[in-house]
Amino acid sequence: MTKEANKLNKHQQMYELMVLIRRYEETISSLFLEGELPGTIHQYQGQEACAVGMLFDLRKDDYMTSTHRPAGHALAKGVSVESCLAEMFAKTTGCCKGKGGSMHLGDISCGAVPAIAIVGGGIPVAVGIGLSCKMRRTDTVVVCFFGDGAANEGAFHEALNGAALWNLPVIFACENNLYAASTCIRQAMKSESIAQRASAYGIPGEVVDGNDVLAVNRAALKAIERARGNEGPSLLELETYRIVGHSRSDPCGYRTREEEKAWREKDPILRMEKYLLEHGGANPEDLEKIQKNVEKRIEHALQEARSAPEPQAEDALQDVYYGGE
Amino acid sequence: MATMTIAEALRQAIREEMHRDARVFCLGEDIGVEGGFGGAFTVTLGLAEEFGHERILDTPVSEILIAGAAVGAAISGMRPIADVQYGDFLFCMMDQLVNQAAKMTYMSGGTVKVPMVMRSPVGASTRGAQHAQSPEGFFTHVPGLKVVCPSTAYDAKGLLKSAVRDDNPVLVFEHKLLYGSKGARSEKTALNPVGEVPDEEYLIPFGKAAVRREGKDITLVATLLMVYRALQAAEILEGEGLSIEVIDPRTLVPFDYDTVWESVRKTSRLMIVEEDNRRCGWGAEIAARASEEIIYYLDAPIRRIAAYDVPIPFAPVMENYVVPSVKRIVEEARKLVEA
Ligand SMILES: Cc1ncc(C[n+]2csc(CCOP(=O)(O)OP(=O)(O)O)c2C)c(N)n1
Ligand SMILES: [Mg+2]
Repeated sequence: MTKEANKLNKHQQMYELMVLIRRYEETISSLFLEGELPGTIHQYQGQEACAVGMLFDLRKDDYMTSTHRPAGHALAKGVSVESCLAEMFAKTTGCCKGKGGSMHLGDISCGAVPAIAIVGGGIPVAVGIGLSCKMRRTDTVVVCFFGDGAANEGAFHEALNGAALWNLPVIFACENNLYAASTCIRQAMKSESIAQRASAYGIPGEVVDGNDVLAVNRAALKAIERARGNEGPSLLELETYRIVGHSRSDPCGYRTREEEKAWREKDPILRMEKYLLEHGGANPEDLEKIQKNVEKRIEHALQEARSAPEPQAEDALQDVYYGGE
Repeated sequence: MATMTIAEALRQAIREEMHRDARVFCLGEDIGVEGGFGGAFTVTLGLAEEFGHERILDTPVSEILIAGAAVGAAISGMRPIADVQYGDFLFCMMDQLVNQAAKMTYMSGGTVKVPMVMRSPVGASTRGAQHAQSPEGFFTHVPGLKVVCPSTAYDAKGLLKSAVRDDNPVLVFEHKLLYGSKGARSEKTALNPVGEVPDEEYLIPFGKAAVRREGKDITLVATLLMVYRALQAAEILEGEGLSIEVIDPRTLVPFDYDTVWESVRKTSRLMIVEEDNRRCGWGAEIAARASEEIIYYLDAPIRRIAAYDVPIPFAPVMENYVVPSVKRIVEEARKLVEA
């Protein structure tokens, strides 16, 4: 964060972080369309309140696991914009030195486990981290992000049962954006909510408005406190919507324009703006300043990423084993 | 020196490593339950009494959880020793092993380490197809994993201790018929390879083969139970004037090609015996490498002896047929020198 940003109050900082994620993703989108980025993209626009609300109050030594849609999570956990952007450009200065790519953003030095792009695959890993936090007698916690689709993986069941059984400091944050790729949640499960599954494991579950960053943050604070206080895991179902396609070139033929419009009206960033203007003591100039500041940061990161060195082809042969061999 | 079984040697390795390093712990099914078995083959028997149930952590029957918890704990400062009851169950946790454990270091650009051990009992023991597989070859294929196959008590202890100290995911394959487990968990057809284990601390580095028997006519590479069958075959063949060099690579990844190639330069004949299925097995890899690197030293085609490419059948007569027997090794060796 810049010095200027530090003067912002908590709500303004949350707003800034959401704008940063949005602008980062929009930048990626145009770079991708212009053919400047290799690979594919799974974007986070519309879900910013989930990442920011969940992670804002985590400490640097707390952990976070993420998914194939990791940018928001990574940025909110403190992975630098520069290293994320550089990774998208497949540069050596990327957070994974160009070996990870869009679906594996992360930086273990700030608690962001390189994102796990196997749907559901990160949930048991988060439980293992929770186990380690507890065994090492730390008071650190883990936030484990996954989607509505992942809630139907077998790994979900084994992991939640394990975390509950061992009373681990894991906060399961399920971002229910109604779709797993093109498949609507109604085509994928009969249970009314994902949160209700918590009761099967004997842990608290709660449905939260995932487009209201303050609501997400309230629920997160409660779950984090529980976890830090050795009271065990929680399952939060964050109801949200990705206002963009699932991955590159997805025209969203599986959902209606009306539905999209309705959710655009619930855009978490617009809602936070409204809140800040009406109740947060901010005026339009304050918000504009924040937005400009974000632009500057992204512009700077973009310049750095573009001019960063490409990896050598033979670098591919390194890092298979930790410490070489 | 103390004489002990492989199960005892593994237990001693775990005990010593847990005393040495507070980050080391075990997790698995039925490993520490009071009045239980100490895991499927008694390896962790008594350890819960010594270290408590937090560090000898019993899990539900949840293989994905076991492997995932090991990965997660390993990347956040612990050194887990996980186990499955039978090697066949590794397939239930394939995502965690192959996508998470094996790729995490690489995907992170070398910044994340995954110091975990996954122990599993393998080999046919008249339990039918789903408790019998020798799946080593699946894992030797995966960059990022190390694969260890101890066949003696000495190796079991030294290799497991090295595995615990390694900063990478290590799969340790143990043979059901070699544990020497006593009591209710003993196997009818088991060998009992008790061996000497030094009292003082030692480690066995990965990638260093052991020459189990010296010979000059054929180089025979084998792991686990097949080491013993190969040694028996070598004994028989010696009576016929054939001298077999038996090499136990001890670790399949990394693999000690130097020792094997040195032997082949001497014998000019190479035979590989594995309990894993033949098609695309680890033996195939060694044969392919030999054809690339030392073919001009060979006087005869390389011979691979492996389980036939079928699931392991139950009937002892069929199981004995499918898994390489002493008789088959002897016959193939004879053919090889005639060639
Ligand atoms: C195990 C696995 N199966 C399928 C896929 C392909 N895939 C990628 S994202 C996705 C949908 C995931 O939906 P959800 O968990 O709701 O997350 P979202 O994309 O909505 O963020 C699928 C099927 C995958 N990456 N991993
Ligand atoms: Mg979804």
